[in-house]
Amino acid sequence: MALFTRAPKAEPILGQNRLVAHLLSFLTWIIGLMFFFPLFWLTVNGFKEESVASADPTLRFEPTLDRFSEVTEANSGLLSFAEAFGNSFWIVLISTAFVMVLAIPAAYALSIRPMKKWRDVLFFFISTKFLPIVGIIMPVWIIARDLELLGTRTVLVVLYTAMNLPLAVWMLRSFFAEVPKELIEAAQIDGCSLIGQIRQVLLPIVAPGVAATALLCVIFAWNEFFFAVQLNPTGASTIPVWVNSQQKFQGQFIASLSAASVLATLPVVIAGWVAQKRMIRGLAMGAIK
Amino acid sequence: MAEVRYEKASRIYGFGGVGAVRAVNELDLNIADGELLVLVGPSGSGKSTALRMLAGLETVNEGSIFIDDVDVTLKPPQDRDIAMVFQNYALYPSMTVGENMGFALKQAKVPKAERRAQVEEAARILDLEPYLDRKPKNLSGGQRQRVAMGRAIVRSPQVFLMDEPLSNLDAKLRVQTRTELADLQARLGTTMVYVTHDQVEAMTMGHRVAVLDHGELQQVDTPRRLYSSPANLFVAGFIGSPAMNLIETDRTGDELHFGSTVVPLSDDVQADLKASASTRFVVGVRPEHLIQTPDGAPCGATVVEELGSDAFVHASMPHNGTEATVVVRVDGETAITRGDNLTIAIGGPVHIFDAESGVRLGKPVT
Repeated sequence: MALFTRAPKAEPILGQNRLVAHLLSFLTWIIGLMFFFPLFWLTVNGFKEESVASADPTLRFEPTLDRFSEVTEANSGLLSFAEAFGNSFWIVLISTAFVMVLAIPAAYALSIRPMKKWRDVLFFFISTKFLPIVGIIMPVWIIARDLELLGTRTVLVVLYTAMNLPLAVWMLRSFFAEVPKELIEAAQIDGCSLIGQIRQVLLPIVAPGVAATALLCVIFAWNEFFFAVQLNPTGASTIPVWVNSQQKFQGQFIASLSAASVLATLPVVIAGWVAQKRMIRGLAMGAIK
Repeated sequence: MAEVRYEKASRIYGFGGVGAVRAVNELDLNIADGELLVLVGPSGSGKSTALRMLAGLETVNEGSIFIDDVDVTLKPPQDRDIAMVFQNYALYPSMTVGENMGFALKQAKVPKAERRAQVEEAARILDLEPYLDRKPKNLSGGQRQRVAMGRAIVRSPQVFLMDEPLSNLDAKLRVQTRTELADLQARLGTTMVYVTHDQVEAMTMGHRVAVLDHGELQQVDTPRRLYSSPANLFVAGFIGSPAMNLIETDRTGDELHFGSTVVPLSDDVQADLKASASTRFVVGVRPEHLIQTPDGAPCGATVVEELGSDAFVHASMPHNGTEATVVVRVDGETAITRGDNLTIAIGGPVHIFDAESGVRLGKPVT
């Protein structure tokens, strides 16, 4: 899979360092496998019969796609797969778009033309992340209720935008800060407007960084469960809520849940794959120097 | 085509605060139409700041700047009709050479065909025609430098601003490009303000050179007059390579000593010396104005630098009770080696400065 790109050929390492190098790569592999194995097992379980999945772990079984068709077709909960997918798609797309539209000018103001007290502003942005979400869910719920937004996609768009904005500002700021100041000055002298400086000069250079930031926002919004289940647990909800609804309160459900989880993960994996290809190409182009 | 005028222009960092620093202090400077003026000074002298003030990239806190008699002090860079070449060239990496050069014209909404013609004309002047479709990353350092130049000349601005444009090139290319740049400026006849820390570059390129130190203008004059008649101790030490010999000495009545010899003084210097209350002075002699003569001051050679056409002898000379190091230019085929004794005397123009204030004594040499 292209998620793993070939590393540049390593210089031969000699002597004692060689042992350390081997040890390090061994450790890297162990950690990699530790992360990979649950996903692997999840995928494997999705292809099993419920009885096989609930029995002792095994890799010897008759693979079947039945679980996938069951979870996508069944309308057991309040929400079908198609509905949840559509909701997630639009909520993630719109909230990420809002985040980028707001974060790019903010990052510009904090890196290329830092105003007074910019460090404090930056800290304020990230400080909004200090409070556990569970600590603010009551007021958020009450506000959403009063605005008649409970059970709507709108409330999730608003919350996901707010949730991802600090992160996006921080990431974009660090990418923008890498851009030589002279480029912006040259654009100014060349008669470029402020919008033009951002659009024609800055963004083409930091495109890989913007892509990485957007990807992270997409992943976080796609996987968000707490807000979704608290404020919008019904027909307008998202994929994580749908996955959760695959848990049945009687009988076995491990295989169905695995299949549902695989389906929920797939779009993010694909988005990551596409974005990563672009990101690497952008970085390899030596965009800045 | 325009003249540029700084009128008591200052750039102050940390305005009003305790640590307020005057990066450029009350700069008064007139640059004639079509002139190539070089701003030179050590790092931190305010030369780049002065240039960026003219570009509109630094705020002018006090005073004003005029381009062609128009007060541009408060105008943004894009309204000043200037073009600038940066030290790192600042080429737009996502655009081709042609797009880079045509970017300013595109911003000015020049029609595409006309834009193309102007870019091609500039490319022809700079031998960049084969590279118009390349991205900057696929060019050598020298080519990038030319693209940066091309981006500047394509718009026919009123003033060119150059911020150490050659310092990223290797030594040989730098010398070659230096000549090309001076030639290009002469052909285009556009006013150019050129910043460099390299006094050789300043002397070889500038019609006039402005020497700055600690934000203060020290002297502005033709290269030859800067060399022959430095206004103060700083300019004397900064201009010329190897540097002028600057030997501190106490006055003995109305006489100054250089080693064991008495410094020959002209009448106007003599008059200034008589009038001065100071006791310590600096005797400045260029290496080529020291001659070997039997009745000169004795000294011992410590290092001999052979440059082919000339050689520079670094010698240790007993002076004022200590040892002073002097540099003497001798013939390239010299037989002097380390440890040899020689006797030297001043055989040319001598510059006397007040050791405290650094001010030159006597009239400037004309």
